[in-house]
Amino acid sequence: MNLPKDVLEPHDTFQNPPRISSQHQHPCRLKDLGLIDYPSAYSLQQQAVQEALQEGVNTLFFCEHRPVFTLGRLAQESNFLLSKNAIEKKGTAIVRINRGGEVTFHGPGQVVVYPIFRLEEFGKDLKGYMEKLEEVAVDFLGSFGIVAKRIEGRRGVWVEKKKIASIGIGVRKWVSFHGMAVNVNTDLEYFRMIKPCGLDVTMTSVGEILNQMVDLSQAKKTLAACFKQVFHLKFI
Amino acid sequence: MATVTLPDLGEGIKTAVVSCWYVKPGDKVGQDDDVVELATDKATFNVSAGSAGIIKKILVKEGEEVNIGESLAVIE
Repeated sequence: MNLPKDVLEPHDTFQNPPRISSQHQHPCRLKDLGLIDYPSAYSLQQQAVQEALQEGVNTLFFCEHRPVFTLGRLAQESNFLLSKNAIEKKGTAIVRINRGGEVTFHGPGQVVVYPIFRLEEFGKDLKGYMEKLEEVAVDFLGSFGIVAKRIEGRRGVWVEKKKIASIGIGVRKWVSFHGMAVNVNTDLEYFRMIKPCGLDVTMTSVGEILNQMVDLSQAKKTLAACFKQVFHLKFI
Repeated sequence: MATVTLPDLGEGIKTAVVSCWYVKPGDKVGQDDDVVELATDKATFNVSAGSAGIIKKILVKEGEEVNIGESLAVIE
């Protein structure tokens, strides 16, 4: 396997487990929705937002979506590089949604996380919250030996000049929904139909960097562990 | 008379764009009802009425940028 040295570092997450924090731990339900269509996952998120407001419970959803392009509030349709008809003929849905950000793609092999978090517990700070999501992705990628980073002034997580994780959130009464998508085994061809996030950017994935597919269920467990550490969660 | 204002969204966010009004002048709102959604670069944020009453006036149109603390609507 030919691994670029500057992108990969020794795999050390499991040899050096996360530090145990003495900080307050936030109770959180962990739910893996498996492969689910976008509208169904959105309904479950909205239900969890209500539960967060009424019962004070945080929820962390994991899922994969069937192929879908989603357009955030600031999305311009000019960021589709093929006509909508051509895209829909390929069997990929297009959904306009109420998250922040531009157009992106979700599909099998991509791990999507929807944290339904009471942000008043984590500091009422939208930028700080999004930076923590990015920190989770950086840690997660580090567990594969991939050196990923944030770029100041740009959201998402990057490996060199390629983007590997995208963020778009919604907040209602300081409860978060929508979240982050991390390309693990994603078919990157779909991203060639759009300008992801409205940028002239190339997307990458864990599979592409490692030149092999990754066990997705193990990847979700690792990502959950990274969430637990960064947000000081206690899964219930 | 009360005003709906854009709350502090945390460090580093000074402005947001009004992306969607959920109400129009004359609508009756409850204190906790969402009245408007604002968007920053990668986030949307719903703002509640804050007090019950009738929407008297909407001060900022969809697509316009507002500063933190700025008034968005008047409730009577």
